[in-house]
Amino acid sequence: MATRQTQLLARTLLMPAVGLLFIWMIVPLGLTIYFSTLHYSLLDPGSGAFVGLENFRYFLTDPAFLASLQNTLVLVGSVLALTVLLGIPLALLLDQPVIGLNIVRLMVIAPFFVMPTVSALVWKNLLMHPVSGLFAWIASVFGLTPIDWFTDAPLLAVILIVSWQWLPFATLILLTAMQSLDEEQKEAAEMDGASAISTFIYITLPHLARPITVVILIETIFLLTVFAEIYVTTGGGPGLSTTNIAFLIYSQALIQYDVGTASAGGLVAVVIANVVAFFLVRIVGRNLEA
Amino acid sequence: MGQITLQDVQKSFGPVHIIKGADLEIADGSFVVFVGPSGCGKTTLLRLIAGLEDVSGGKILIDGKNVVDTPPAKRGLSMVFQSYALYPHMSVRGNIGFGLKMAGLSKDETNRKVEAAAATLNLTPYLDRKPRELSGGQRQRVAIGRAIVREPKAFLFDEPLSNLDAALRVQMRIEVTRLQKQLGTTAIYVTHDQVEAMTMADKIVVLNGGKIEQYGSPLDLYEKPANLFVAGFIGSPKMNFVTGEHALQKGAATIGVRPEHLKIERDGAGGWQGTIAVAEHLGSDTFLYVDAGPLGMLTARYIGELSLHAGDHVSLVPDPARIHRFDASGNAIRG
Repeated sequence: MATRQTQLLARTLLMPAVGLLFIWMIVPLGLTIYFSTLHYSLLDPGSGAFVGLENFRYFLTDPAFLASLQNTLVLVGSVLALTVLLGIPLALLLDQPVIGLNIVRLMVIAPFFVMPTVSALVWKNLLMHPVSGLFAWIASVFGLTPIDWFTDAPLLAVILIVSWQWLPFATLILLTAMQSLDEEQKEAAEMDGASAISTFIYITLPHLARPITVVILIETIFLLTVFAEIYVTTGGGPGLSTTNIAFLIYSQALIQYDVGTASAGGLVAVVIANVVAFFLVRIVGRNLEA
Repeated sequence: MGQITLQDVQKSFGPVHIIKGADLEIADGSFVVFVGPSGCGKTTLLRLIAGLEDVSGGKILIDGKNVVDTPPAKRGLSMVFQSYALYPHMSVRGNIGFGLKMAGLSKDETNRKVEAAAATLNLTPYLDRKPRELSGGQRQRVAIGRAIVREPKAFLFDEPLSNLDAALRVQMRIEVTRLQKQLGTTAIYVTHDQVEAMTMADKIVVLNGGKIEQYGSPLDLYEKPANLFVAGFIGSPKMNFVTGEHALQKGAATIGVRPEHLKIERDGAGGWQGTIAVAEHLGSDTFLYVDAGPLGMLTARYIGELSLHAGDHVSLVPDPARIHRFDASGNAIRG
């Protein structure tokens, strides 16, 4: 924006869009804050009394809160680790010239286009089902006892499903980054006597630092709010073993019909997301500086 | 030692024949420039010597040993790339020392050699900077530092100066030449710029369409071009070619005269008559582009200032001792 006129014009033209976005955000936030201070239960039509911070105290001291916070962090951390650690070798493989590369790439990317509910249902009923699932069949072929995933390892099962969904995203970002690595740099490393492994460690991996950061930041935003996969497969159970913060808020509002506490939980989730973002940006964000 | 010999080296990419059999003898310690127009195969030939491409046929001997099956790092050559190909996340020290680290040298040894190389190239104050914090010329020097620190048998340069501005290019040209003489290491240098070739080389290889057209010292190429291509490529401005009656009188299909060997006469009756289309006055030189009718456009060069202007009539008299004669297939006729 070079001159004062263009600056003014730009601001005027941006105003409607910015204003709409602002209202879109501020109204729900304001209402959530308002509800979080009320005793507001759908089972008690006469409710609506102001209770101050009572809802927050109730939500934060609920034993389910710490359990679900832990589940959330384990889920986010595991999926991040799995998608990045598997995404790098996958991207390396897809960067090689192979016959039918386009089809292979398409298939690798496909899971990302399957909606979470559908993929969770497929995993639950076709793959992980202890009687009719593919994994159970494979186990029985080898004479092993099939694992009842959603009873014996429910959180792991959810982690696997979510990782499967996000692996293509990580692979795709890392693949495009690898393809942007200057060919002459690899050749220079070759002339310098670097083996394939040294080239990967000293040239490719540092080059990937920034895309890995992008993958981690974007995935974290979405993984903090994983819901459909849990709802469809385990319903947060058994017990609280797969309840994350998002699911806990849902169960407060729509299983226990306590809108006030759910609103308080929603605000707590906002704070948690910001805390996580703060630490993430401090840890990996410096990679984004040019 | 760094004596490199090519014996009938060939390279094809699929059905496309890029190098059609190159034979070359590069003496130890000499500075050899590969020059030619884009797509002539000069970079491919360099990459074949480096080992970054596999030959389709023929032999490459380094100090008498055939290296066509030797991986690049084991050939004892180092290369300076057009884009410099510096490792962006490593400091200058890391960049220069990377090859030594890969070779398994101790930290002290590596540091000592890196610092020595940096001192040669005036890079000592920048050792701990990242490549992005350096200017173009400094990056260029880091790339050269990376090449010299390994004490190779030969340096390979792939158009290393083409990303620099004109003034810096002249300066780096001198620096590279001086460094090569000082180290006494064989160097092969690829460029499309014939001025670079003429000024830097001990010997020039002129390539065209995957074939070596001529191999010789710069003045050899200037004074005795082997064919029309070399005659037209070496020298700036380009040599004038005249065909037809004037050429037949000299017993050739084509004759060539360099612009600096045409005597300019204001109102002479002899020589080649024409009208000046464009006159360029540089102070030190005057270039005249003369429309000589049936002979086509001729270029003439005069050392110093000559007050002639567009539209003036001139006659150009070629220096009879400096007329190059070519036969119908374009080869030079000697004697």
